[in-house]
Amino acid sequence: MTEQAAAPVPQHAGPEPMTGAQSLIRSLEAVGAETVFGIPGGAILPAYDPLMDSTKVRHILVRHEQGAGHAATGYAQATGKVGVCMATSGPGATNLVTPIADAYMDSVPIVAITGQVASKAIGTDAFQEADICGITMPITKHNFLVTDAADIPRVIAEAFHIAATGRPGPVLVDIAKDALQARTVFRWPVETQLPGYRPVTKPHAKQIREAAKLLATSKRPVLYVGGGVLKAQATTELRILAELTGAPVVTTLMALGAFPDSHDQHLGMPGMHGSVAAVTALQKADLLFALGTRFDDRVTGRLDTFAPFAKIVHADIDPAEIGKNRAADVPIVGDAREIIADLIVAVQQEQSAAQAAGEARFEYGAWWEQLNAWRKTYPVGYDPAPEGMLSPQQVIERIGQKVGPDAIYAAGVGQHQMWASQFINFEKPATWLNSGGAGTMGYAVPAAMGAKAGCPDATVWAIDGDGCFQMTNQELVTCALNNIPIKVAIINNGSLGMVRQWQTLFYNQRYSNTVLHDGPENDGRGPAAGTRIPDFVKLSEAMGCYALRCERPEDLDAVIDKAMALNDAPVVIDFIVHQDAMVWPMVAAGTSNDEILAARDVRPDFGDEND
Amino acid sequence: MSKHTLSVLVENKPGVLARIAALFSRRGFNIDSLAVGPTEHPDISRMTIVVNVEDLPLEQVTKQLNKLINVIKIVELDPSAAVRRELMLVKVRADAETRSQVTEIVQLFRAKTVDVSPDAVTIEATGSGDKLEAMLKMLEPYGVKELVQSGMVAIGRGARSITDRSLRAVERSA
Repeated sequence: MTEQAAAPVPQHAGPEPMTGAQSLIRSLEAVGAETVFGIPGGAILPAYDPLMDSTKVRHILVRHEQGAGHAATGYAQATGKVGVCMATSGPGATNLVTPIADAYMDSVPIVAITGQVASKAIGTDAFQEADICGITMPITKHNFLVTDAADIPRVIAEAFHIAATGRPGPVLVDIAKDALQARTVFRWPVETQLPGYRPVTKPHAKQIREAAKLLATSKRPVLYVGGGVLKAQATTELRILAELTGAPVVTTLMALGAFPDSHDQHLGMPGMHGSVAAVTALQKADLLFALGTRFDDRVTGRLDTFAPFAKIVHADIDPAEIGKNRAADVPIVGDAREIIADLIVAVQQEQSAAQAAGEARFEYGAWWEQLNAWRKTYPVGYDPAPEGMLSPQQVIERIGQKVGPDAIYAAGVGQHQMWASQFINFEKPATWLNSGGAGTMGYAVPAAMGAKAGCPDATVWAIDGDGCFQMTNQELVTCALNNIPIKVAIINNGSLGMVRQWQTLFYNQRYSNTVLHDGPENDGRGPAAGTRIPDFVKLSEAMGCYALRCERPEDLDAVIDKAMALNDAPVVIDFIVHQDAMVWPMVAAGTSNDEILAARDVRPDFGDEND
Repeated sequence: MSKHTLSVLVENKPGVLARIAALFSRRGFNIDSLAVGPTEHPDISRMTIVVNVEDLPLEQVTKQLNKLINVIKIVELDPSAAVRRELMLVKVRADAETRSQVTEIVQLFRAKTVDVSPDAVTIEATGSGDKLEAMLKMLEPYGVKELVQSGMVAIGRGARSITDRSLRAVERSA
């Protein structure tokens, strides 16, 4: 992430006497935090008093700390700024654990501020005490325990700096209640003291030249683009590089929107539910140009069979990612934007040198013929639903078509998430928010809330499943009361759809505990006779939202139109879809990408027999 | 698997040892021994960590350690270019009859007798792991009553220091 995203506004203040709590709020104002999602409680209470008077920091009172955490993540992903959440000690803090872990896996810059029991009581098992620094140690980029009020401004400055720079990530600041209450002196700016923190952003020139040389001489390259390109705000540079070289591009789940889906060089998403063209391109490539991506197991499939013919150029801001899963032939450490900018220059030099020497370079014609054949033969598609029923893919596709690429889409986790990634066209950066690494069900509603709070002028849609929705829907109350009018499309198939899909494929259709709309006597094999428990329309209306229901294909357009026309409160649409739709293509867990199935029992013909 | 000695300079702050121990356990790396103590600079502590890993995981260990905000610098010490020491205190059964034999072993290994009682002596020895092991083998026939051993500490040979530049970084930021 570039420095500008969270660079503190240089304003000089102090020294002024005040309480630690006031110093905390002043520090948040000084680092430019505009929105804080949180819930007060005993230990953090002192901070909430001066927060009431702040004209710069807006606090949004959520209904559950998990909602605060995901909202901070959604806010950060949509705005590129650091998201902030706040909670009290003990259970308040532990409720933040899931969103913190989620932000850690997806490298999202958030700062979580928690109250802690008074410093003298720490370690005594005091009321609402939890060692939240210990608990979050492996899921934060860094965390701080503050017991001296004088440290507050420096720690807040350091926390925001660490969260936003290098490989972004969550930082937790745990502040003892007595530090919030103590008298202190506020001074700004503060000098940070981080002798061990020096992220490398400028790539090594020699590695850049090596990478460009490989790209020039390769016959079957793929630009394998990950979320780091979005975080570095390098999408313009990426497009220039792609068009300059003519190389095909794949964007991972975390990178959707980094390269326009409509662009002719875009092969789609790689991975477990990626397009046949994208997955196969990686498998058959002779060069993977990995930019801001980490060779996650959902992308590589069985690692020892992944991209067996490919040399690897691996560019990432985190040196520990390079060589972690796959050895790199050319490692490049740095900020994706600087790397790609330097690569553009190096590629141009290679091109002019090749031209001068009359050599054929960057010649991918034969490769494109093959890629286009795969693309044409195995487009991502879906089977129609049984007569008279809605197909989930059609619902999501239609929302994408009607709402368009300017909107921000947040997804939960499961089938609906994969279909959203496949059937919505992402053309712009920061329009796709999802829980990629952690796979956190319940992410969509609070993340959409955070995005809408950060980008009030944008249209924000949550594409959610009925399972996910039942985990975090209470944040719709927060949306209704705080004028955060998001749209929520519940893709309601009455079951935990992705788990059901695995049960269909790998557990002999034994639907153990995946029926959501009915009790345990329903074995899930019969038709989905929804009990309407819960009735999402009534539930949403009770939370102050407009609520619509759509059950028939012929109503689809009208319902979406109606939802789009309602803008003074959140809108929830309960789309009743058929329960047997499955996500295809699929690479089964633990198998090779070569075993990709375009649809059930349909293994693409790659002409391997001729190999 | 092979043993590697890492010298890790860290900020002298609460919780740093826990962060390092947690990292090793979470990433599935094995620590053979770990010793931590002050350095010539009050703001910096130094850990000597002996890990038992292949070369490739070793790279991951150092890269992941480097990501910890409180870790300032990591240097792998080449055994041939470093002085490496462990400290052992061992209580050995020794009565009037065997005491002189035990003290002879102590002298052979250039160790010290630090405490004597009618039926036991306590020996202090420093050296490489091999040397301490050899001494222990000689003492075992007499009866080892109690044994305590430190983790290894190590320092590079020659005039160069691994702390010079790090100290400047700390002083700059302070």
